[in-house]
Amino acid sequence: MPDPEGQESRNAALEAFADTIIPGEKHHPDDRAVAGVSAGGGAVASGVIAVLESPEGGMAPALDDLARTLDEHAVRFRTEHGLPPDEREPFVGLRYDERLALVGELLAPEHPERAMWAGLAMFSFMAFDTGAHMHTADAIAAGHPGLAVLGFAPPGEDGLWRFPAYSYGRQLADVHPDTDPTGSPA
Amino acid sequence: MNATETTDVLIVGSGFGGAITAYHLAAGGARVTVLERGPWLRSEDFDHDFKFGSSATRVFDFVVGDGMSVLGGNCVGGGSVVYFATMPRAPRFVFERHGSIGRRMWPAVIDRDVLEPWYDRVAEALPITPTSWDEVPYIGGVFAAACKAAGHTANPSPSAVDTSLCTNCNWMMSGCRFDAKRSLLLNYLPAALSHGAEIRPLHEVQRITRLDTGGYRVHYNTIHEVDYRQQTGSGAIDAKVVILAAGTAATPVILQRSEAELGTMPHAVGRYFSGNGERLNTAVIEEDKVRELLGLSRDEENAYGAYQIGRGPVVASWDRLNADLPEYERFSLEQLYFPPGFGTILAQVPDATGPTWYGPEKKEMLRKWRSWLTVFTMSEDDNEGVFGPPPPTGNSERLSQQLLGFGRLRYRPTANTLRGWEVSDAAVRQILEHNGLSRVMPWTNDVIGAYTVHPLSACRIGDDPATSALDDRHELRGHPGIFVTDGSAVPGALTVNPAFTIAALAERAVPGIVHALRERGVDVRYGAPAPDGGGAARRGTAAAARAVLG
Repeated sequence: MPDPEGQESRNAALEAFADTIIPGEKHHPDDRAVAGVSAGGGAVASGVIAVLESPEGGMAPALDDLARTLDEHAVRFRTEHGLPPDEREPFVGLRYDERLALVGELLAPEHPERAMWAGLAMFSFMAFDTGAHMHTADAIAAGHPGLAVLGFAPPGEDGLWRFPAYSYGRQLADVHPDTDPTGSPA
Repeated sequence: MNATETTDVLIVGSGFGGAITAYHLAAGGARVTVLERGPWLRSEDFDHDFKFGSSATRVFDFVVGDGMSVLGGNCVGGGSVVYFATMPRAPRFVFERHGSIGRRMWPAVIDRDVLEPWYDRVAEALPITPTSWDEVPYIGGVFAAACKAAGHTANPSPSAVDTSLCTNCNWMMSGCRFDAKRSLLLNYLPAALSHGAEIRPLHEVQRITRLDTGGYRVHYNTIHEVDYRQQTGSGAIDAKVVILAAGTAATPVILQRSEAELGTMPHAVGRYFSGNGERLNTAVIEEDKVRELLGLSRDEENAYGAYQIGRGPVVASWDRLNADLPEYERFSLEQLYFPPGFGTILAQVPDATGPTWYGPEKKEMLRKWRSWLTVFTMSEDDNEGVFGPPPPTGNSERLSQQLLGFGRLRYRPTANTLRGWEVSDAAVRQILEHNGLSRVMPWTNDVIGAYTVHPLSACRIGDDPATSALDDRHELRGHPGIFVTDGSAVPGALTVNPAFTIAALAERAVPGIVHALRERGVDVRYGAPAPDGGGAARRGTAAAARAVLG
């Protein structure tokens, strides 16, 4: 059975994780998943849920488990740090610095689930850095937040990139004395 | 009963090791079949696009291992479709290395002088040409000027790019849409096809078994063209000779999976893996320093800010390729562009007070992305990688439809390798932090281990049967008629980009394979010209070929 509330709660936890990786500004003042510690859109506004849910990415079947496990870790974290329990939003309800501390634990090289959380972190990056759920030209045209932050140049009218000006045009160092006539190390 | 197909030569993989051997053997009259696990894309299929399912994900394999992750090609043309086409010859000292085995790693019959005419053949075929300074993109210019300011030399690298066609779009990792990058799709492979070779994409080889005739049966699965996790069928082809050129991340895995039926493999199969000592550092360049210290500017507004513009690595510094330095302390440094995704996740924030590769400070670093400059170290690692038992199919357990999977490679860098990385990191800082030009940090190894785009050596040539899987003619010890011609045959790290050396070794292996075919009754000639018909470089290798063929 579809469970809109469960889906919403799952997405909020995943968004809170993605926002910990590449933070952004809140969608609206009551936005709890996005902590609002950074100006401009972050991984969430860049489309992280769409990237995670894309059939190509391969993460979709794992998302429910990831969100649930994230909340389980948050419950433990709250207990360990004397924080009040939050039954509805164990992870989302953490402050940004608390999320950062918990995510830091999960991503530490010695953590047994590191590969799983590193995967979620990498997909969060891909949403922000590449907008992998959209054609890049369309993403730029639509003002994709991550590509805008990077300053990724827009394509030409045919959707392809060309940089006619590309070189300082002069010799800028001495070549190695043992360079052979083919231009290789001798 | 199904009739099994037959061929004279079955080649696994269509990168340098497969395409070069396919061309020469087909041109010599052998029946050649090439099985390639990836798709077959043409120029118009090479997208400028990061979207999942575009060529950026179709043509790659990114295999995450335990302590080492490998990025490699997965398409017709293999590594040549995704490479940056930087093609230096390996320095002379490389062939004298001892590495971890206490004796010369390379076979006694191979050194730089021996390989030189084979390099020449590849250079004629692609072709490979020196790069002139006025063709060096801004990023290479800044790196060169920084080297000079810090007391170092710097060289424009020889390259297999036709700069008259290049638009400096920097999408070449997704395949070159403009045919500027000289991939194998433009030379050896069409020439092989014109001589009757057959190339079958989306055929992933599972294992090899032996026939009573002395030949081999190669078993494959066919792969769905979009979702590489799906197998659409299977089959087998019988061949007199098998050439494995599936790439270092796959060739040893196929042999491991074949061992139960084929018989004991040489000890070195799946061992002595080298990541070519690769290491990355990312600098965030201070734009005003580019103008003030280096005297460079693109225009009134921009001094540099051109990370995106260009074509991969173009300028290298070879000051540490000094034969007199101790082994493990020699390396090259190469200026590099990596597109977002591949090239942003692992970069660390200089002077971070919080997490180094994610979090608020990383986002601030990404705001300066246009002023990034990545430096690629290729050093002398210790051949410390070992492949564990193979996965059920392919060479990884695929997570994504394309691109991403988990493999069985285990890599724990030794003190030698770590020292090499440390001294190269220091050299990068000395060059790029000089007078406050930038701040530099290496990529983190905490997420997916070390990282290589040039996997080597897991099935290497050598004279010592205990530490090499192949003899000096690339034939698998104990399994006559199986040859390996990809990067896994290279004995150790090369301190420079390896594609040219892999290709030269493949050229050199051909006469030995022709000999093996003749022994099995196949009438094969040797001596084809370059794929475009040029014969200038053929004279240089004629005597060496005669020595093998008699």
